This record gives sequence, C-alpha cells and structure tokens, in this order.
Amino acid sequence: MKFTEEHEWLRVEGDEVVVGITIHAAEQLGDVVFVELPDEGKVVSKDDEVVVIESVKAASDILAPIDGEITEVNSMLTDNPSAVNEDPQGEAWFFKLKPSDPSQMDELMDEAGYQKFIA
Amino acid sequence: MTEQNRTPLYDLHVELGAKMVPFAGYEMPVQFPMGVMKEHLHTRAQAGLFDVSHMGQVILSGQDWDQVATAFEALVPMDVLGLADGHQRYGFFTNDAGGIEDDLMFARRGNDLFVVVNAACKAADIARMKAALEPDVTVTPLEDRALIALQGPTAGAIIAALDPRAQEMRFMDVQDLTLGGIEVWASRSGYTGEDGFEISVLADDADSLARTLLDVDGVAPIGLGARDSLRLEAGLCLYGHDIDTDTNPIEAALTWAIQKVRRKDGARTGGFPGSDRILGAIGQPLVQRRVALRPEGRAPMREGTTLWSAQEGGAQIGTVTSGGFGPSVEAPIAMGYVATDYAEPELTIWGEVRGKRLPVHIAKLPFVAANFKR
Repeated sequence: MKFTEEHEWLRVEGDEVVVGITIHAAEQLGDVVFVELPDEGKVVSKDDEVVVIESVKAASDILAPIDGEITEVNSMLTDNPSAVNEDPQGEAWFFKLKPSDPSQMDELMDEAGYQKFIA
Repeated sequence: MTEQNRTPLYDLHVELGAKMVPFAGYEMPVQFPMGVMKEHLHTRAQAGLFDVSHMGQVILSGQDWDQVATAFEALVPMDVLGLADGHQRYGFFTNDAGGIEDDLMFARRGNDLFVVVNAACKAADIARMKAALEPDVTVTPLEDRALIALQGPTAGAIIAALDPRAQEMRFMDVQDLTLGGIEVWASRSGYTGEDGFEISVLADDADSLARTLLDVDGVAPIGLGARDSLRLEAGLCLYGHDIDTDTNPIEAALTWAIQKVRRKDGARTGGFPGSDRILGAIGQPLVQRRVALRPEGRAPMREGTTLWSAQEGGAQIGTVTSGGFGPSVEAPIAMGYVATDYAEPELTIWGEVRGKRLPVHIAKLPFVAANFKR
C-alpha cells in the first residue's frame, strides 16, 4: 500500500489502483454523513478534486493522487457513508483508477513513511 | 497566533480526550472521543454535560428591582419589569437600525438581573451595558464564575437527586441549589431543545461539580460540535449566523420573544434601540423570513448556500445561515432566510451546492420537538 500527504491510500490491483482514505483521516473527519463520487470513465489529473466527503461538521475534498481514468466507484458509500468511519482501509474504498503514468506511484510514501508523517 | 483563554474545565477536557479548538477566544472542546454524532444522540437519549463557561455572565444591580428592570428595558424589547423573581427569559440587544447586537438570557435574582451573553459579543455587551446603565445601575461581569449545562431527558432526575428543590423547577425557572456540597445558581433551560439546566458555579468549584455530574451513570461530556447540531435541530438561532447586526428580529421569526407590553399599544411600548423598525414590522408584509429547510437528497447545505426559485435560471430568493446534518432527524437540515413568497411549508426550492442546484423544501421549526419541563 502507498500513501499520500493528503491521507489517501493506494493499493495496486492488476493494472488498476484502488484509492481510499486512511484510518487517521477518517478519525480526523469524524462521522461521515455524505459521499459524492465521480463518474466512471472520468479522466483526472493529480490533485483534481474527485470526491466530496462531508462529516457532521464540514465538507472536504478527496484529490486524485495520480493521473488516470476512473474505472469504478464504490457506490455502496452513497447509501452508507458511515462505512468510511467503520472500515476506511477496507470496504470503504472510494474509486479505482487506471494510471496513465504508473511511475507517479514511486513518489508516494510507504506505510512506515506515512506513520512517520502523521506521528 | 493570539493567546486563547481557557475555562476552569480545560484540564478536565484534556483529561477526557477532547479535541480542543479555538472558539470565540477560548480553547474549547469541539468533540470528545465519543464523536459528534454519538454525543448528539446521547444528549437526546440520556444527559450531556456541556462547558459553556466561555459565555459572559453579568450581574446588574441598583436601588431596587424596578430601577434595574426599567433601565434594562432601554436596551432590549422584552418585558423585564414584569419578570417574577426566580424566572428567566430569552432576549436580545437591538441596535438603531433594528438589527440584533447579541442574544441573551436574563434572570431575576431578587433585585438583581443576571444576564448571560455570547462569548464572542461579551466585551461589546458589557461596554454597551456600562455606557447605557451606569452609574445608576452597576454592571458587574462575573469573571470568577463558570457555566455548565446538563441537558437531556435524565437531567431533571440527576439534579433532583443532588438537591430535591430542583424537582419543583419548571422550564425557565431559576433557583439556588446545592449540588454535592457546591452552591450554584441553576436555571431550568438550555440550548438543545431538551429539558436540562444551566448551572452557574464559582470557577474554583467548577471542576469538582463537573466530575460529580460525570460520575453519574449516563452522563457524558459533549463538545461544541454536538451543541451546534442539537441547537439546529431545536430550531434555535446561533448569533453571528442566523441572526446578526442587520437582522430584523421579526424577519428572524423572533416576534414571540417581544412581549405584548413592549409592542405597539403596549403599556411600555418601544424605548429600545430600533424600536420603530422592529415594532413597525410586526403584522406587516416582510421582505424575507427565517425558515427551516430540509434538503431532499443526502448532501448537507451548509451556511452560505444560495437558494433559488428554479432548478435552472430563476432568481436567488435566499441564503442558508446554518446547515449540516441532524443526527436525530437522520438527514441533512438547515435554516436560512427566504423571500416571504417562498416561506410556505412543503414548497420545494433549490440550493446551490458545488455548482449544482439540489431540491430542498421549506419545513417547520423545530426539526425535533422540544422536550422541556413545562
């Protein structure tokens, strides 16, 4: 698993990358009440706002961690946004993305690097 | 970064694992480990303990009650003189333009008036009272007192178990109580829509009192996050958001807080800042009105969301002033102002969220029925 400074995790699955937010990020956000996912097939660039996530108190954006095309979104989250709090690094992934430049993954942190980043 | 004040309960909050944030010049707990959603639901089901010590507590004293009450009536459109000993009212300071300078609670304690004002406004409120009332009436900020609220359906039994005199208190009654050996000024009121108490206590006793209450089964500490969602569900205004210096209280649907004796043809009509504009608006067609809003989808409509008459084109007819998610309603809720023609229950209008207009309908306040002990 790779991690960004925006508290996202990325997991490679074949030629796709699964993206979600970290346990730490979910704790910081608090109770999630709304998730708005992008359209499948959307082509995104690194740092584009792709997901809107709202907790009881505030709205935040999830940014595209790398360039690519959104191939699938986890539509379960639309009806069950609290899954983000329950299992952020498992069931509650946000989207899958087909990277246009897989080498962008190399710039991201590994688990140890991320734990150090949030310490 | 400016230095933040701390309330007498600061150490307790940190010990309880609160997430502290700056709020109105104070370091305050926004949430405890339970989290906003559970804290909110806990308060509606059992009892929540809130630190509201950042609010301003002020005593007004003079020769006698009539003098103090009459003087205070020059600042607020409420019936102060007619307030019986041991009772409290909601009120607001007005300005010459007919707007609201702050909202407040005031209670009669014998011949004194005990006023509780918002933290963000307290310096201005104290200056306003001193300028208008002194030297005939003495304005004394009570910097040595903390304020703790216990709110929720079990609050009545909890306080009555500590002092049986609380049993007789009804909504908006005030009474001196002794809670676990600590002398307090209690009022049966709050800002959550639940039964409960606001308890003024000497700062030195506050930590001990809070621990006594937290030791009772079913009492949990609650942060500002849940305080905000609770008051929004209860349809209560937050100063600086739902009401402000340019808000006419009649448009804010606060006419109920202006007793008849201060209205047109009342025995003590007017005599407060902006009285012509405020009293003149009662019973007249209004430009806009504060309403409850229920987004029809799941997306919350936050403060500042613009409201439109149509999904495409149309005109902007209002703005959201408070909005979020209502944990007890289990849906997004909001309050805001809309042009009077649109202030019709069940009418669907449109709120613009991230560039998209989403349906929202006018609802009735409050979202959750009040559970006061009348």
